[in-house]
Amino acid sequence: MNLRVFVFKRLLSSVVVLLGLSVVIFGIARILPGDPARLALGSTATQNALDLFRTENHLDQPLPVQYAYWIGGVLRGDFGTSTSTKRAVAQDVAEFLPATLEMASFSAVFLIVFSITVGALAANWRDTLVDGLMRVMSYIGIAIPGFVIATLLLLLFGYVWPVIPVLGRLSHGITPPPGITGFYTVDSLLTGRLGTFWDAFLHLLIPAVALCMGGLCQEARLVRSAMIENRGKDYLAAMKGYGTPGRVITGKYLLKPSLIPAVSCMGMDIASLMSNAFLIEVIFGWPGISRYGMTAMLSKDLNVISGVILIFGAIFVGINIVVDVAVAYLDPRIRLGGAA
Amino acid sequence: MDSAKEGLKADRPEKRWLSARRAEELEKAWRRFSRNRLSVMGLILVTLILLLAWLAPYVTPYPAHAGAFTDFVNSCAAPSAEHWLGTDNMGRDILTRIVFSFRGALYMAVLVLAAAVPVGCSLGLLAGYLRGTWLDTLIMRVTDVFLSVPALLLALAVVSILEPGLTNAMIAVTVMWWPWYARLMYGIASSCRNEYYVIHAELIGASKPHIIFRQILPNCVSPIFTKMALDVGWVILIGATLSYVGLGEQPPTPSLGQMVSDGSRYMPDAWWMTIFPSFAIVLIILGFNFLGDGIGDMLSKGDSKYE
Repeated sequence: MNLRVFVFKRLLSSVVVLLGLSVVIFGIARILPGDPARLALGSTATQNALDLFRTENHLDQPLPVQYAYWIGGVLRGDFGTSTSTKRAVAQDVAEFLPATLEMASFSAVFLIVFSITVGALAANWRDTLVDGLMRVMSYIGIAIPGFVIATLLLLLFGYVWPVIPVLGRLSHGITPPPGITGFYTVDSLLTGRLGTFWDAFLHLLIPAVALCMGGLCQEARLVRSAMIENRGKDYLAAMKGYGTPGRVITGKYLLKPSLIPAVSCMGMDIASLMSNAFLIEVIFGWPGISRYGMTAMLSKDLNVISGVILIFGAIFVGINIVVDVAVAYLDPRIRLGGAA
Repeated sequence: MDSAKEGLKADRPEKRWLSARRAEELEKAWRRFSRNRLSVMGLILVTLILLLAWLAPYVTPYPAHAGAFTDFVNSCAAPSAEHWLGTDNMGRDILTRIVFSFRGALYMAVLVLAAAVPVGCSLGLLAGYLRGTWLDTLIMRVTDVFLSVPALLLALAVVSILEPGLTNAMIAVTVMWWPWYARLMYGIASSCRNEYYVIHAELIGASKPHIIFRQILPNCVSPIFTKMALDVGWVILIGATLSYVGLGEQPPTPSLGQMVSDGSRYMPDAWWMTIFPSFAIVLIILGFNFLGDGIGDMLSKGDSKYE
């Protein structure tokens, strides 16, 4: 199948999935017990205020009509107003999303680079101390929840060995760089403030590591086992026979096909990084969208909850498309039209 | 007459031979299971945790501490001979509370799987058998929708809109869990449906329920069991995460996530309040992961990844 047709089909099916998701979210927000007007205005609101709120927000209409109003707004980028910050949800999201994206992308880079490196090293030195250590790490890494890793890292770097800052995005007294992309590291580089860049970078380190640890261990193991499995294949013996240098064989002909299982798994993990950030951001005081969403959840701010989940769903679906394309690129059997 | 008797006699060793074969199969299954030492470790860990949770009121040193007990004289006491793992800010024994919190965690895992597995499996089976019909499209697109959001996120949203508590946490996680089984079952069932035995059953006029439940289902059992054993750990993990943010089991009933989050406010001085419940979470999840891997090895006859 042509790669372009493949991407187009995936995009089309994602639109359907996202529409379905919007129905589910709307259903959860409306059908579950709890009166939206009461939730928004609090228990002391008068009957008049409640009625006014209902009319203003079309809550007195039948559910399908309410959904039509809501989804119409969402498509125009209007997610309604937050009942706790009293601002438009879209505005809040635009403010908080970059911080989360910065942490998640940093974490994703970490995940990709280290899982491949560690996996390749372990495969290369199979059954040695490095390999054993990695195996133990991978078992524990899968079983240890993100919030536990985060709490332990906070304990370690916050109290026992305070060499790296752990709370917030910047140290006190450092002004944030002007908002160009919303990524402090990128913005400070663009405006040439190296000191700010270094500070923002250090603040990113620990949360990003805490975020990707579980996935990292798992993918390193996948890379390792795929490399060990592929090492015995005939085509590599043939390459050796042609006199191809060992480094080229490992780097080009062994590593590339060995990445396929890990890349599919990595895609899922990178997409889940965003949702795992929910706890990490709360723990490290990171002013991102997850902390915003978490606060909204604890105060039952329905517009924010549905908006944030829809945005996360869209990002999740988007990353999955990217992963499918990446796998198609790595695996010619899919790209050239076999098993897609 | 004689020949009939002989026939009967010949039957008996036949039966014994069958049971001997079964014994041999069991032994082989155990060998496949125990080839990986970690599986055995998982089995031991899980058995121990189950026993501890079951006998919690009898084996823990201070059963009263599992509730709303306070003893401020001993609050935040370091690990000692009286309190092996120390006490929390209310002076309650951490070890006791950890053992009691296993109960809620296991209870949640069992109920979530008991609800999610039958629903997911039947929908997946139905869609897989009726592949290509509108019902298949409907079921699998709905499944895709649920799988398009990270499970944790939607579970958080559902519990936060409902009232926080163990029951609602279980409902939320169940809502998130069935699609995985639907998808797994769909994959197996839709590949089974073109096998000769299914076509044969169709030809002799077997009913659809018979084909789905008696012909296809038995072939899907081993991956489902493997996934269930692994999922106990994952459900416990999500339960701990929910209770960490205060959306799971409500105090004073102890839960692992809530103990970690309460403890983190007393760091670094009362480190035992955070560290030991964290270890308990890791242990219980590790135990079920190892056991799940072992069950997977046991059920996948012949080829094993540990050879």
